[in-house]
Amino acid sequence: MKNLILTTVALAVAGSMTFADGHSVVRLGTEGAYPPFNFLNDDGEVDGFEREVGDEICARAELTCEWVTNDWDSIIPNLVSGNYDVIIAGMSITDERDEVIDFSDNYTQPDPSAYLATSSDVDLENAVLAAQTGTIQAAFIAGTGATLLEFATPDETVAAVKAGEADAVLADKSFLQPIADSDGEVMLLEQEELIGGGVGLGVRESDGELLATLDAAITSMKEDGSLNELIAKWGVGEQF
Amino acid sequence: MFSFCTDPAALEGFQWFSCYLTTGKHMSMYWAVGTVLLLLSITAPTALAFGFAGASAARSNVAPLRWIGKTYIAVVRGIPDIAFFLFFVIALDQAFEYIRHRIKCPDWDEPVRQGNDFIVCTAAKLPLGNAPQWVHETYGFLLAVLTFAIVFGAFAANVLFGAMRAVPKGQLETAEAYGMSRRQTFWRVLVPQMWVYALPGLSNLWMVLIKATPLLFLLGVEDIVYWARELGGAKQPQFTDYPHPDWRMWYFAALLVFYLCFTKVSEVVLDKIMAKLTHGQATAAGEAQRKAAA
Repeated sequence: MKNLILTTVALAVAGSMTFADGHSVVRLGTEGAYPPFNFLNDDGEVDGFEREVGDEICARAELTCEWVTNDWDSIIPNLVSGNYDVIIAGMSITDERDEVIDFSDNYTQPDPSAYLATSSDVDLENAVLAAQTGTIQAAFIAGTGATLLEFATPDETVAAVKAGEADAVLADKSFLQPIADSDGEVMLLEQEELIGGGVGLGVRESDGELLATLDAAITSMKEDGSLNELIAKWGVGEQF
Repeated sequence: MFSFCTDPAALEGFQWFSCYLTTGKHMSMYWAVGTVLLLLSITAPTALAFGFAGASAARSNVAPLRWIGKTYIAVVRGIPDIAFFLFFVIALDQAFEYIRHRIKCPDWDEPVRQGNDFIVCTAAKLPLGNAPQWVHETYGFLLAVLTFAIVFGAFAANVLFGAMRAVPKGQLETAEAYGMSRRQTFWRVLVPQMWVYALPGLSNLWMVLIKATPLLFLLGVEDIVYWARELGGAKQPQFTDYPHPDWRMWYFAALLVFYLCFTKVSEVVLDKIMAKLTHGQATAAGEAQRKAAA
């Protein structure tokens, strides 16, 4: 038993697994809790901007795709350990993440991050700010003077503001806008932060062939304007 | 679900709720209840088997077997559950794939470890990359059962080990005096009598196991707590036909009732089993039973 455990320790530490060659089925991993990018609809299926983009990319690249939901916290570890092949979860392209996985071309323009609060007079310098763990917004707040309050899901960050636990939440503007529109208690602050380099697909570093296929599909969607249509439909920032 | 659900925005009160509570998403939650119950019904006997094997090994006369039993009990009980769940499953999965890799792809000439990557051939993937989603889910579920069984088996082993020692020595000596072999004594005298000593400990474990099912989500199995959080979160009208504010409190209240009812039922059943096991035993409770009947 002990030996077995030690061996498995060694194997697990060694890291991740990858597909060596072709993919007959490409598994797309998403969070399913970040509208309008991705969410579960009333039927419990993945829906949203990225559902349509992903399906279109798969159709153009002639791939058979399957959708999988995964916790945000472990979304990168599960990609590199081979549970799915692509991350499509509103993930902004950053240098830090790029060291672990590879990113496709961005399929949204850099979207400003906005603050959502219950009143407009928040002193952002000294406030308690909520953000989802492991996001560019959490990293941004950590670099300012404000106190960072992290939550596992986007939903909880908003709940924290409404409960008075945090003064404001910092997240992608396209995520916060629908909440501000439909909920009278909260509003967007005027100040916005320009962080992140647009959203891209994440793939394993050793999966170069798949990355090239996906990039080609994204480029063709940019060229014929179908990507712009989807961006406008779901309201995820500027068009290309 | 119902014919009047076509335009939820026009509905009110009872009708709205009857539509809301039967959306595909809610059905997934009801399924998850089944998943949890299924997991418990498979895990409990498996864990008990692990425990029985561990306890028997720990009191074996063969030294290496004894060491294995005692190490299993000590190591697994000592590691925090959450660390075990986060790490052990990935390790187990990789171990399976490595073994398959060695068997299925003997011609593989690249190293298995390349920098950060651990690369096995496509045929060794478990489940295969092109397998349908339900195969992936079943595989994840079975890994979960195995992990739960190993963890709870170690605790059960310790309980059974103690219970086996609690059986009065006189009983075993009598069996020997009648000429029973060690094996016969174990199966015919020790095992039938140890349960009464083991049950209080085992029933504790069962209660803990019921409450440990939310750990399932760490293993990628969507359990009821995941769905309660997902369904309870505030929903904006753009993204659903059934917009509502943050209702997590109500969903978690429902979970609380569910778990309380479940543990209550377990308690009643366990009490019945205990009464049955006590019958005719040389314990205080058994004595009380005998006097009450007389």
